Amino acid sequence: MKNRLGRRGVLAAMSALFATGCARLAATGPVSSLFEATESWNKGLHDLLGRRSALAREFSPEYLSPDFRGNGTVDPDSDQYRAHAAAGFAGWQLTVSGLVRNPLSLSMDDIRALPQRTQITRHDCVEGWSAIGQWTGPQLSALLEMAGLREEARFIVFRCADTLAGGDYYESIDLVDAFHPQTIVAHSLNGENVPIKNGAPLRMRIERQLGYKHAKYLTGIEAVASLEGIGSGKGGYWEDRAGYQWYAGI
Amino acid sequence: MKRHALITRVWHWLTAISLIVLFMSGLNISNAHPRLYWGHAGFASEEAWLHLIRYPGWMTIPGHYSLAQARSWHLFFAWPLALGLTIFMIASLANGHFRRDLVTRWREWRWSAVKADIAKHFSLDFSTGASKYNFLQKASYGLIIFVFLPVMIFSGIAMSPAMDANWPWVVDMFGGRQSARSIHFLCAWALMGFLLLHVIMVLLSGPLRQLGGMITGGRRSEEEA
Repeated sequence: MKNRLGRRGVLAAMSALFATGCARLAATGPVSSLFEATESWNKGLHDLLGRRSALAREFSPEYLSPDFRGNGTVDPDSDQYRAHAAAGFAGWQLTVSGLVRNPLSLSMDDIRALPQRTQITRHDCVEGWSAIGQWTGPQLSALLEMAGLREEARFIVFRCADTLAGGDYYESIDLVDAFHPQTIVAHSLNGENVPIKNGAPLRMRIERQLGYKHAKYLTGIEAVASLEGIGSGKGGYWEDRAGYQWYAGI
Repeated sequence: MKRHALITRVWHWLTAISLIVLFMSGLNISNAHPRLYWGHAGFASEEAWLHLIRYPGWMTIPGHYSLAQARSWHLFFAWPLALGLTIFMIASLANGHFRRDLVTRWREWRWSAVKADIAKHFSLDFSTGASKYNFLQKASYGLIIFVFLPVMIFSGIAMSPAMDANWPWVVDMFGGRQSARSIHFLCAWALMGFLLLHVIMVLLSGPLRQLGGMITGGRRSEEEA
């Protein structure tokens, strides 16, 4: 008898979960922490299946999208950026700072002089669309090795020249993605300088994660021990603003 | 002997809840980019094979446009759907549910036999003879369990850029990520069509007994005993 009530209880609880469900429920503590747990299950599953070292598919040139869509900021609204654009980004500097032994400040020529990687990959936006482009630039791992990461470093934060709705765009990844061979600092798209709408002069490629992780208009790379105290602490502009998942492999 | 095993009942309701939440949060996600494409990539209006409507708030979870919240609901309920189906399949192979109740014979698929079964349904005759389900039930439940739900789960996996790196064969199975997205959308509506038809059939065939049976387990009818 007790057993039967238990079973009914399970079914009743399941129906109740749905009946009371929806947006209001999502704002409550237990449900939002359940959703946060889902993010770590997904990341855990991806770690388990591919140890996250798997390479994203690289396509042959006939798959290139005719045009590469620009989304989010497509033309940064600042005098400083416009001045750089007018000068062909000749004076652009990329800093590598934070928990590193030798902080760097690299010119565009310095970046082009490093060993380069070229890859034709599919870019997946969180909205659902995809575009295929050919990206060229040095691997992030090369920059981090030049700068010498300190032992306490756990995350790499990307600083950007663009603002959206008054907030500075930024993003962050863990060290597995930072040292992944396809994680590059791209200065070229389809054999040309990266267009302004796609993040000129430098944008990150974090293949295997959604588009909002691929920071555009890159000005700085910062090694940190924790994401607390950066923005609202969730590791990225959209993560802070809208509650997007920090791990965007899905 | 119960008509429905406990594992069948738990799976049934867990899947019903998951499908409804996944469908409604999926429509919210669809609103973020209401166009469908074939192949690996696509984003421009002229590349699309289908332009969708923007689904109104009463059809979506949450009830206002929020891609971030809809994704949280969607990515959470994908787990009970996929794990639930896996466990149910293993259990139903082990306890004989599939063999006993869902296996059909080739002769039942003959058009004349199918036509006769459809005609019986239209005259509200849902008799099942010596088995638990009639042919149309076996065929539709079989298609849902072995075709539509697995296609739904794998086309979902194919949209994950990380899973595409881990399991490139999944995205190849569909001919590209945008094809997988199109198939995911079509399959979602097929499943919702099944769900509505299923509810209608329950209402027409003794809803209290049917619902009670799927909650408490019910009793086997004399003819099947």
